[in-house]
Amino acid sequence: MSVFDGLKFRRIKSPIHNLDPRMKFVYVCAAFVAAILFGKLIPLFVLFLLPIPFVFLAGVQKEWLRSLRGAAFLAGFIFFVNLASSFFTSNYTLTAAAVENSAAMTLRFVVLVESFSVFFLTTSPDHLGLALEQTKVPYEFAFAFTTAVRFVPVLAEEAQTIMDAQKARGLELEKGGILKRIRNYVPVLIPLIVSAIRRSLELAEAMESRAWGATEKRTNLFALRLHRGDFALLAITVGILVVSIYVYIYVPIPTLSQFM
Amino acid sequence: MIEVEDLHFRYPNGVEALKGVSLVIKRGEFVAIMGQNGAGKTTLVKHFNGLLKPSKGTIRVDGVATTETSVASLSRNAGFVFQNPDHQLFSETVEEEIAFALKNFGFKEETIEKRITWALNLLGLSKYRKTSPFLLSGGERKRVALASVLAWDPEILILDEPTIGQDHQQKEKLRQFIIQMQTQGKTVVIVTHDVEFVSECNPRVLLMKEGVIVADGEGKKILTTPEVLTKSSIVLPQIAQVFMKLAPLGFPKDVIDVYEAKEILLRKLQEMRK
Repeated sequence: MSVFDGLKFRRIKSPIHNLDPRMKFVYVCAAFVAAILFGKLIPLFVLFLLPIPFVFLAGVQKEWLRSLRGAAFLAGFIFFVNLASSFFTSNYTLTAAAVENSAAMTLRFVVLVESFSVFFLTTSPDHLGLALEQTKVPYEFAFAFTTAVRFVPVLAEEAQTIMDAQKARGLELEKGGILKRIRNYVPVLIPLIVSAIRRSLELAEAMESRAWGATEKRTNLFALRLHRGDFALLAITVGILVVSIYVYIYVPIPTLSQFM
Repeated sequence: MIEVEDLHFRYPNGVEALKGVSLVIKRGEFVAIMGQNGAGKTTLVKHFNGLLKPSKGTIRVDGVATTETSVASLSRNAGFVFQNPDHQLFSETVEEEIAFALKNFGFKEETIEKRITWALNLLGLSKYRKTSPFLLSGGERKRVALASVLAWDPEILILDEPTIGQDHQQKEKLRQFIIQMQTQGKTVVIVTHDVEFVSECNPRVLLMKEGVIVADGEGKKILTTPEVLTKSSIVLPQIAQVFMKLAPLGFPKDVIDVYEAKEILLRKLQEMRK
């Protein structure tokens, strides 16, 4: 659950929180592209450092660290799979280059997680919905998306209550072999799914009784407008892309093992 | 016996739900924990079967500290019925639902059969034995949840908001049933907002506010002290309200029971006729 905690939005005021979600999303996509572009450790490390000023500006260091910690398990997994595959394909030898390559692949994953985590930590679901709507995504989809995002913490809380209720009836989730353990979760999953379905039916009725979908074109209380900060972010984004592509084409990137 | 000493509890998100609760609930007692939303009532009772462990302070259930044993083994002794039955129903039939806990606790096949029949009879659910719990009404689902806990016959019964969604007849049955439990020497703890239900039962009342106990005593006394109740946003029971208004005419103030009220009024009427 800690990975999800690292993505949970908290309403605070900061220059980053005030940025237009569309611009932030463009930035995340640029970081994504740059991370995919490079397979070497040094540029990926630079990409890793890039969002850190944003994290501090937004004041979400704690949550951000938590999301990284949440990703640590998967990162370790990626590292070892890469390492093992190079070990088995290169006649059972382990080279410094292989270690570095595995570390780079891991760092690539971390860069992706960190960028998305900054995005979700600083963007309210409402803003996200608004951004979707204003980019002409049909309202039904925008609404479904924001509702889904908003229901994640609600469902997590409900799952906890259900686990408590079943534990109170003698269910021991951590007991037995792997198959038994998976089966132990049936008494948790069924009530969770049933109550999610019930909840969505109730939500649908409540929304229809408040005239949902009565008019084709909805108006909004707030409209997203681009400000100076957004253009600055756009400039940074374009800068990242241009520099990345330039470096990718013209600069030979050294590996760490060459220095050793 | 439940012994709580200077219990503090802080949720992971930083909310301090309990700020030093001390109390003793003796065997065979009937206790109602009341207070407004967020007062810490449910947080407190979740400590009784170890679902929550104290951040500070100790809690012992029948001499065993809850930090030293599992929820499952504590639950065998302290049965907890959650507020919302939909948080626990998952089986295909009511019968299997009730068998779930019994299997977890390792009861024998024949015993399970007997216990199911017994619990279903007790709560008037026998005709639903083979029905899916999801097809039942809200009140019936609530009773299935109750039956599924009663089936293992715990010494301590904790009921979180048992009267919600129950009609008057069912509430009366619940009251009878709690009395019956008490005569068998069982401890019953309920968490509730239902002032009328509490006034009909007249249990020991624990009034909570912002994580501490603000009043502890006989229901009749606490539910007729408006100064204490308003602090916890609880209204007086209707009978108490009537007698509070009648007090200037020489009526007693501390009446919450319908039967007692009738007797007093009847006596007064007869006096007036003379």
